[in-house]
Amino acid sequence: MIVFDKPKALTDAPLHYCPGCTHGIIHRLVAEAIDELGIEGKTIGVAPVGCSVMAYDYFSCDMVEAAHGRAPAVATGIKRSDPSNIVFTYQGDGDLASIGTAETVHAATRNENITVIFVNNAIYGMTGGQMAPTSLPGQVTQTSPYGRDTKLCGFPVRVCEMLSELEGPEYLERVAVNNVKNIKKAKAAIKKAFENQINGKGFSLVEVVSTCPTNWGMTPKDALKWVDDNMIPYYPLGVYKDRSGKEEK
Amino acid sequence: MAKLTFKTDLCKGCGLCVDACPKNLLTIAKDKINQKGHSPVEITNQDECIGCAFCATMCPDCIITVER
Repeated sequence: MIVFDKPKALTDAPLHYCPGCTHGIIHRLVAEAIDELGIEGKTIGVAPVGCSVMAYDYFSCDMVEAAHGRAPAVATGIKRSDPSNIVFTYQGDGDLASIGTAETVHAATRNENITVIFVNNAIYGMTGGQMAPTSLPGQVTQTSPYGRDTKLCGFPVRVCEMLSELEGPEYLERVAVNNVKNIKKAKAAIKKAFENQINGKGFSLVEVVSTCPTNWGMTPKDALKWVDDNMIPYYPLGVYKDRSGKEEK
Repeated sequence: MAKLTFKTDLCKGCGLCVDACPKNLLTIAKDKINQKGHSPVEITNQDECIGCAFCATMCPDCIITVER
């Protein structure tokens, strides 16, 4: 009996991500959620600009490519034109937390009935490792070779905390994919975000703390440890808002 | 008995599965090179595999199929 195989909602296209990049894990978790809820036929995904720009090749549901940062706005249009569609966006931190902050905040405050998967790896991966709004204080990147100076560049944006202050959003959770236990939790969160949309509850965002071994300059194994040691202390995991359940944190 | 099948040509040799295995059965085959030019993962002792699927859970490229 097969107990683990590639989900049907992923195509057979080989992923172009660097070795050890956790984008592949997050793609799979989204695909598994789509499979388990049986919604592949009516799901429309919105791909971002960033490393996951070619996500439309990997998901076997319908996909749309949005301009940089505009995925929540495009998803709003798709969802409102036919609310029977299940619409999700898949965005990185340079896309969602930088150029697309306005779209994200306003989609959240309108409680748009969409699902947002936010991959936070604290760096601009595709463009070659520049400092992102989510880069940690002191983090060395291409554009902060002496470490992020918070006097010059300010502090990282904590998206879940920021959005949790709004009335609008239904569900905000931060998860990680650095070990098997966290991956199981991440899967439950992503599935819940899709279920919320099916039940018409509104804006659900799952922030996934991810890695970028190439641009962090680490082996994939060290990158997972760096998530534990540096990312999770700055970006604490947990549920930040759950209006239908009880609120935590 | 559990059985692992690898899509070896898609493996990027990142080694995340190697660290996830509770029985330490997986290894990166340094003497082999796949189509992509990476050294792929392989299992050292299939008989000891317990089929927990931790390796497949960690694999970013979905190359592992677990049967039990």
